[in-house]
Amino acid sequence: MSGAFSKSMARNIFFGGTAFFFFLFLALTFDTIQQYPKRDMRQNITPQVAAGKHIWETRNCVGCHTLMGEGAYFAPELANVVARLGSKEAVKAFIQSRPVEGIPGRRSMPQFNLTEEELDAIAAFLEHVNTINDANWPPNVQG
Amino acid sequence: MQYKSQAVATPYFIAAIGLFAGQILFGIVLGLQYVLGDFLFPAIPFNIARMVHTNLLIVWLLFGFMGAAYYMIPEESETELFSPKLAIALFWIFLVAGALTIVGYLAVPYATLAQLTGNDLLATMGREFLEQPLPTKLGIVVVALAFLFNITMTVLKGRKTSISIVMLLGLWGLAVFFLFSFYNPANIVLDKFFWWWVVHLWVEGVWELILGAMLSFVLIKVTGVDREVIEKWLYVIVTMTLISGIIGTGHHFYWIGAPEYWQWWGSIFSALEPIPFFALTVFAFNMVNRRRREHPNKAAVLWALGTGVMSFLGAGVWGFLHTLAPVNYYTHGTQITAAHGHMAFYGAYVMVVLTMISYAMPILRGRAANSNKAQVLEMWSFWLMTVAMVFITLFLTAAGILQVWLQRVSESPLPFMVAQDQISLFYWLREGSGVVFLIGLLCYIASFFVRGEEKTA
Repeated sequence: MSGAFSKSMARNIFFGGTAFFFFLFLALTFDTIQQYPKRDMRQNITPQVAAGKHIWETRNCVGCHTLMGEGAYFAPELANVVARLGSKEAVKAFIQSRPVEGIPGRRSMPQFNLTEEELDAIAAFLEHVNTINDANWPPNVQG
Repeated sequence: MQYKSQAVATPYFIAAIGLFAGQILFGIVLGLQYVLGDFLFPAIPFNIARMVHTNLLIVWLLFGFMGAAYYMIPEESETELFSPKLAIALFWIFLVAGALTIVGYLAVPYATLAQLTGNDLLATMGREFLEQPLPTKLGIVVVALAFLFNITMTVLKGRKTSISIVMLLGLWGLAVFFLFSFYNPANIVLDKFFWWWVVHLWVEGVWELILGAMLSFVLIKVTGVDREVIEKWLYVIVTMTLISGIIGTGHHFYWIGAPEYWQWWGSIFSALEPIPFFALTVFAFNMVNRRRREHPNKAAVLWALGTGVMSFLGAGVWGFLHTLAPVNYYTHGTQITAAHGHMAFYGAYVMVVLTMISYAMPILRGRAANSNKAQVLEMWSFWLMTVAMVFITLFLTAAGILQVWLQRVSESPLPFMVAQDQISLFYWLREGSGVVFLIGLLCYIASFFVRGEEKTA
């Protein structure tokens, strides 16, 4: 921080540098959005899958679980849960069978009393997420 | 204090500390639920307690930032606040909205809350950290805009310092990027991508501008070092922050459906993110070493130095630990992330708000500094909370390393819950550290009530 380097020079580098890197970020974002149709399997987002995402959100699943690694670390990863449990039916059965009062001494998922239609929707959503190209993550089926 | 209207900061700081206490209590609950899974179940399930824990953190830090702005900006601008009445009105609106939101989380099932608050009209809820009901989100926007109007008008009618400009940029950025919380497409990949425009561009972007401005303000006051020197440092630090941090957003895009090139952009630029934090540490120590006065508020100086060190460790070192894509492939979404999150938020944002409160509160209460007795207790609270946070981070890191090994690396990977059982010892140790943190926080609160011989302002 010698005298030759003045505050106004520092300010100019700040504004110039920030603007440059923000525009670079916008350009990369634009390219990412262009590539998404090949990766996000949007052709499979049926009204049922969208309804499933709504269930995912309104039951605050992300408050315990991760989805593609994002969320809370209290309960298992769910982006690959259909693969891990073997089928959508197994996922539905698991959600349905949670005891209302929990399991003594252990972590337990709440009983959400989902209807058959809602169960189908959440399972369809989780199956959809399992097909997204996420650079081969997680490392194994355990999530 | 130099300007009467700075007094509006007082309720903001008090509310911040109160909500901080709530946040820590729920942290203790969460830590216990990690080891006693049925604790408070089904009354307060983990996801609800976590939402309260993280949302209280965000809200009390926002109270802290707003209080800091109301305290700093009149003094920087050398003029009274544009409208102290508006500031007080916004305080009550924000406090009531925040309290109602927390009550809503705890009193009704989340799905019911969503239904009652118009989530079917515009679905924005149920995404990590953005769980607030629609009315709360709209309230945040209204409060933020009215607050920014008040602060901006104050700067416009008075002296325009670099600290004010950086602070304003940070606060405006905070408001603008929050608008992405209203974008929630059915396509989860797009949802996740722009979710980070709020979360990352806040905490690894514009919030760091607020942090830099707040720390610079306090350092000018407690060291008496020339403003030109400090503001030059500030610009250099925030330049490095944004140059590394904006493209550094890429370190969140590795495994959520984005193209693989983000593994390169994210790794390279986020590897640079520790540099501004290191500079912040050097800056704080350098300024204190070159001080031209002995400020009677030793506690504030301690908090300022602590912010530099702990933000470098938490955000810089613990961030770098898992930011490179090949490492992150294994650590993503594990206790390593939790370890980093805890120390980074404490070291950067909690500590800078406490620095500001430590400096400003005595002045707002009519004295240059608290009594020696009160300061000693405050410094005890500094060490208790800081050391406890270091241990929380170390235990979570140990848990995370074991988790990665057991669940993802070993030849026979264990299911998530089996691995969790294996590492519960470290969750117990973390909970113990959490209790020490709470004791530190109680000392902190108590320090406001300790009397003794005080120096007048």
